[in-house]
Amino acid sequence: MKMNMKPSRPIGIVGYGAYVPRYRVAAAEISRVWRQGQDTGALPVKQKSLPGADEDTITMSIEAGKNALMRADIDPALIRSVWAGSESHPYAVKPTSTVVAQALSIAPYTTAADFEFACKAGTEAMQAALGFVGSSMADYSLAIAMDTAQGRPGDALEYTAAAGGAAFIIGPAANSVAILEGSISYATDTPDFFRRSYQKYPEHGNRFTGEPAYFLHISNAVRTLLEDLELKPSDFAMAVFHQPNTKFPQKVAKQLGFTPEQIKEGLLSPFIGNTYAGASPLGFSAALDAAKPGDRLLLASFGSGAGSDALSFVVTDRIEEVRFAAPTTRSYIDREVLVDYATYARWRNKIKHH
Amino acid sequence: MDIPRTWRLRDQRYLLQGNQCEECGELYFPKVFICHKCRCRSLKDYQFSGRGTVYSYSTVYQAAPNFDAFVPYIVALIDLKEGPRVTAQLSDISPGEVEIGMPVEMVVRKISEDGERGVINYGYKFRPPIPLEE
Ligand SMILES: [Zn+2]
Repeated sequence: MKMNMKPSRPIGIVGYGAYVPRYRVAAAEISRVWRQGQDTGALPVKQKSLPGADEDTITMSIEAGKNALMRADIDPALIRSVWAGSESHPYAVKPTSTVVAQALSIAPYTTAADFEFACKAGTEAMQAALGFVGSSMADYSLAIAMDTAQGRPGDALEYTAAAGGAAFIIGPAANSVAILEGSISYATDTPDFFRRSYQKYPEHGNRFTGEPAYFLHISNAVRTLLEDLELKPSDFAMAVFHQPNTKFPQKVAKQLGFTPEQIKEGLLSPFIGNTYAGASPLGFSAALDAAKPGDRLLLASFGSGAGSDALSFVVTDRIEEVRFAAPTTRSYIDREVLVDYATYARWRNKIKHH
Repeated sequence: MDIPRTWRLRDQRYLLQGNQCEECGELYFPKVFICHKCRCRSLKDYQFSGRGTVYSYSTVYQAAPNFDAFVPYIVALIDLKEGPRVTAQLSDISPGEVEIGMPVEMVVRKISEDGERGVINYGYKFRPPIPLEE
């Protein structure tokens, strides 16, 4: 039995766009405040991105979406879905996606919904968009992967919980920059990480987050995809894995037979941390920025709860025309401004004063 | 903030939508009902590019409660590329980085929150442009 999912017509990514806020806080600064710097030899990332006081998942999604539209070069009114995947939607009830649809001139003839699946909410939205366009219900569909993740002050996740993401416009293969070959979704009930209603910060199962969660789900999704498509790791120019820290994606890549060279372009966590639902999609936008026509690219997400989406794309000649039509992923990452823990704590509402 | 007004002005705030006189071509932001130049009453929607330059600015250290989260912030007069001058906050910039004449681009950002239970208001601000590579 083939497990992979294929559209009933050729489709792909017609436009993509990144967004990362300009502010960073160094992991060593967080360590100084909570651990007196005792763990600076073993920090999971160098620094993480954080949103400015006037940014949230909605504003960041609008900018990534604008960038995707600039590359797609289509009338936004042709887009029939705005699906935003995040674990940090600004409202508990009221869609992120309707604000984005309005601000990008996609509204009113569109479906709009918010997706939630921890760190794979974004690729979940992509899978749905691929299905929507692949079945010919729509010609264009916008999927967004964006987060402004928060870790409890002093918790291990505080070093990495970051902000950023990417947006993808799915459409017909004829004007795609990368054509879909097939995808796998793999999900089981695994309570490795969760946040209950009305709680500000998530809980996690410490060691439980590694082997039975991250590694098991990604490995099964990627291995099955490669088997079904009759591909091997060396057939890919680049591979992007979910990146909750620096080590996990390096380790899972090695286990699956991918080289450090193949994951280098899309491995952004050392510089910006874990952007949750945004993480692997943002790495994928960095890979597209660097891709050549004919390159095969792998995108493998992981979301706690738990599941993994693995997708294979082949880059087309059109990448050369659109690559610089919007700011690159790197141009967002490079504009870093470091802030201290006090500024970070103020902006992220970690200080309760009323 | 007033929800019906925010709702009515959403395209002005999210898209920098003003209008243009169909008679003499004059551009307006925000929208006007009668052209100030030729008194014509026939105007059509016009979406500005969001590109402009800083004409003047001032740094705000004491703000109304809904804007407290953002102080210190910069309010600037922006000359849009197409002509009209608009007042808006600058974003992604610290007070020492602003210069008169500097190019800016429009972004959608959080303008204010109506307390912890109320609506979040989004709208245009301006920031130094992110350069496009070649
Ligand atoms: Zn006139």
